[in-house]
Amino acid sequence: MDRNQSRRQVAAMKQSLFDQGLLDEQFIQLEELQDDANPNFVEEIVTLHYRDSSRLITSIEQALKERNPLDFNKLDTLMHQFKGSSSSIGAKKVKAECNLFREYCRAGSAEGCMRSFQQLKREYAALRKKLEAYFQLARQAGPQETACRSK
Amino acid sequence: MKPKNSSSQLKALVVDDDRVTRMTHEALLKKVGVESLASVENGKKAVDLHCNGQSFDLILMDKDMPVMNGVEATKQLRSMGIRDMIVGVSSSRGAENVQQFMDAGLDHFYTKPLTVDMLKAIIDKI
Repeated sequence: MDRNQSRRQVAAMKQSLFDQGLLDEQFIQLEELQDDANPNFVEEIVTLHYRDSSRLITSIEQALKERNPLDFNKLDTLMHQFKGSSSSIGAKKVKAECNLFREYCRAGSAEGCMRSFQQLKREYAALRKKLEAYFQLARQAGPQETACRSK
Repeated sequence: MKPKNSSSQLKALVVDDDRVTRMTHEALLKKVGVESLASVENGKKAVDLHCNGQSFDLILMDKDMPVMNGVEATKQLRSMGIRDMIVGVSSSRGAENVQQFMDAGLDHFYTKPLTVDMLKAIIDKI
């Protein structure tokens, strides 16, 4: 595959992530921070995010197991951190699930929390997989002009 | 009064418990030309830096952090007579939360995520 074709594929893949509502403007902001001195900045940031946030996922899972009764304040605090981390990479759908989870915390709904957490984990894993594929393709395609703004 | 400096002469401190946010804010600061940077993961470490004699032109202070949060850290810094520009940066949007943070002694507050344009506006005020 020639380089231009690869780059078009990369751009199309990225556009698709925006079209599916998986990423928001923050991802573009991160790309704008990428330059010759930091050519892999976005991938590094995203990798770091997944490393750090997986610990939060484990903590939330643990807190959800402590069911007599559920400590909604603790869950809300953990989810606030997780949401902040997700927002920082532009993970739009994951962020929305975080908000839903927090609403269930405030409502004191254990079942709501459990259900929305399962959905959140699915969204989290799905985005991670897609971003890994995106970065792999981007590395193969080589450096390109960054930050093509999506509509 | 401090003369208006170019951003390359400014010294900035990022205070945030989230590593990704610290890296992003550092990159943003470099993008607007700030060359001298430090970052710490909670308010206590920010206070300790000042106790050890360090000073900064700009502090980007997160609100919710373990050990010492941004509200407490800002109060302590101001009570120590620290006059650095302290900008609160938080995802907490509620008016009460923002007011509590401002009352602690912030110069400005911005909702996360911070952008290059926001940072340029902040630096223009230094």
